[in-house]
Amino acid sequence: MFLQGCNFDCRACHNPHTITSESVHARSLSVAELIAEIRSNAPFLSGITVSGGEATQQPEFLCELFRCLKADPELAHLTCFIDSNGATDTAVWHELAAMTDGVMLDLKVFDPDLHLELTGQRVDAVLESIKTLSALGLLYEVRLLLVPGINDDPALLRRTAQWLATISANLRVVLNPFRTHGVRSPADTWAEPTTTNLQMYADVLRSSGLDNVHVVKPLA
Amino acid sequence: MQFAELTSVIRNTIEDPSLTYRQRIQALAGLAENALEPPAMSDEVAVALDKRIICDMYEGNAPYRPRYLLPDYEKLLANGSAFLELPPADALDTALAHLLIAYTSTPSITGYPVYLGDFDKLLARFAVDVDDADLYRRMRLFWISLDRMFPDAFTHTNLGPDDSRLARLVLRLERELKQVVPNLSLHVDPERTPDDLILDAVKTVFECGQPHFVNEPMMVADLGPRYAAVSCYNSLPVGGGSHTLVRLNLREAVLAHDGDAELFLAVTLPHYVELTAELMSGRIRHLVEESKFYDHHWLVAEGLLSLDRFSAMFGVFGLAEASELLEERSGRFGKYGHDDSTDATAYRITARLAELVAALDLPYCAGNGGHPFLHSQSGIDTDEGVTAGTRIPIGTEPALHRHLRTVAPHHKFFAAGVSDILHFDETVERNPSAVVDIIRGAFAQGMRDFTFNLDSNDFIRVTGYLVRKSDLAKVAVEGVRHSSTVLGAGSVARSHITDRAVKRVVSLESSPRVGR
Repeated sequence: MFLQGCNFDCRACHNPHTITSESVHARSLSVAELIAEIRSNAPFLSGITVSGGEATQQPEFLCELFRCLKADPELAHLTCFIDSNGATDTAVWHELAAMTDGVMLDLKVFDPDLHLELTGQRVDAVLESIKTLSALGLLYEVRLLLVPGINDDPALLRRTAQWLATISANLRVVLNPFRTHGVRSPADTWAEPTTTNLQMYADVLRSSGLDNVHVVKPLA
Repeated sequence: MQFAELTSVIRNTIEDPSLTYRQRIQALAGLAENALEPPAMSDEVAVALDKRIICDMYEGNAPYRPRYLLPDYEKLLANGSAFLELPPADALDTALAHLLIAYTSTPSITGYPVYLGDFDKLLARFAVDVDDADLYRRMRLFWISLDRMFPDAFTHTNLGPDDSRLARLVLRLERELKQVVPNLSLHVDPERTPDDLILDAVKTVFECGQPHFVNEPMMVADLGPRYAAVSCYNSLPVGGGSHTLVRLNLREAVLAHDGDAELFLAVTLPHYVELTAELMSGRIRHLVEESKFYDHHWLVAEGLLSLDRFSAMFGVFGLAEASELLEERSGRFGKYGHDDSTDATAYRITARLAELVAALDLPYCAGNGGHPFLHSQSGIDTDEGVTAGTRIPIGTEPALHRHLRTVAPHHKFFAAGVSDILHFDETVERNPSAVVDIIRGAFAQGMRDFTFNLDSNDFIRVTGYLVRKSDLAKVAVEGVRHSSTVLGAGSVARSHITDRAVKRVVSLESSPRVGR
């Protein structure tokens, strides 16, 4: 489920129409209505993921949705995941912990200044979320969206890896290749990483202390 | 056809530079057969056939081999063959050689075998003492031989439902060799088939468009434990098969009908079901009583086939158009796959069809208790303006879950096969286990067959068989080695199959191209 509205305004966003709080593509649904839709699709699913926009911008809705799913005998087998930018108050994670199976968290860039430039927001809350989620046992993976010439400096990648390794050397880290598909100007002219670029990024991360790095194959 | 016209067509066939030698022989044999009068039929049937309300699939005017036959090759390996002068197979090499030999003496409508046996079961006992490297080397050569010797994508083999070394090897060979032959189906049993085998098969589809997935418990309930999927989604008893396949064009039947859905189901549909049965009956009698296939063929004499395991296939197509046209007669204009009322009309048609076809008594159909098998016919290359079987029209398919919910309720009626081709976006490659969930879910919802294509590889599934996109371009120019590719070129031109709505599994986001 993609929730409308995001507290970031990322230059590399491939779903920019989900950033604003309102959109012609979005519908308003109650928890009960969404559960009815999930129920009709449940035979084909092993779990659900709430993404965005930024899912944690609507924490009460998430809590209620997951609580109802876990309490429903027909739907309790579905895992409940959140795909988040991590920029939320840590209290939200504590609240969600009881009914959430895992969080996939995007670290747009580790460097504070560059983070502010690329997302419009500070990185501090994101790093706090990573620590909190890891301590709660909810951090399924951290994703890095890497763009050649923008946030792929080897020194920066090394610092990123070293910090993530302090959370856990075995933390699952996924490299997502940037694509221009759907993005706005000026990011639509940015380079997409090649397989060689991605391999190099992975090598740098691995040699800087991360043991569980995965590369997503770029689309043809 | 007048004699002068016939000689001219023969001449053109002989001189057609785009046909291989074997393709010319096949075409010439068809011309000779069709110089004969078809089996006798009533005027009403002749008119319905002429209007293409009923279609005999251009099988030929004088049936002399069953349309689909599924020899029990286990008998060949166990007993050898007197006709082929072969002793029982005693090792992997002899088993593979005997099979290749037998296929060359197996007749079919296309000239090539539609069923090769299930290698994971046929070869298991011969593979026990063969190490992995040796097994790989021999099977790889065998696999290449199948494609080169039987270049027709209707040639089909099955795997599963149990996991095995041979099943895994076949999937690996499919991924490596990327051949259109053989067509492949994996039997899936919710209890017996492990997720990991389905996952391996899903990843194989990503590479080469194979296999299809079939619902084992559902097939066993309808056909017994000895069944196989052959050709294009034709599920039939092993050791038997189908004498013929005749199909009823539901769209044309509605166009020939004056009135609403009630009257169609009460009067017009039963009428055309009767006419279709009459045509089938004449063709079956010719095959059994005139050309006497079952009296003389070695496959029957040596027990690889038996007449009592044969029936015939009653095919239907154009359900989408028929349902929408009947709705229009009641002032409703919903689209099949998008509108509950139209879908409900479609379910009433298939339920009524199942009832009518189950009540038909046809000669020599002991393989299904004297009745024909109902089949959702997946189209032929000349179809235009009418949708295959019970499918949703190409290009108008709804989102995945709605698509499955619309089509699944039909599947229970079609023991002899039904199909819907789901076209997935390449992003699904990042989440193959989601496809495993969908397949398991679809089968739990009563789907019989599950076939999906990936947008990005070189293969495209036409009706139910594969062609390589790179080969299609060659058809008009230089000819191609696989006869089925020629049919595929016709379908692409007429049915817009390249426009199939792409399915996104990871999300249903609308085109995110904003701000450009």
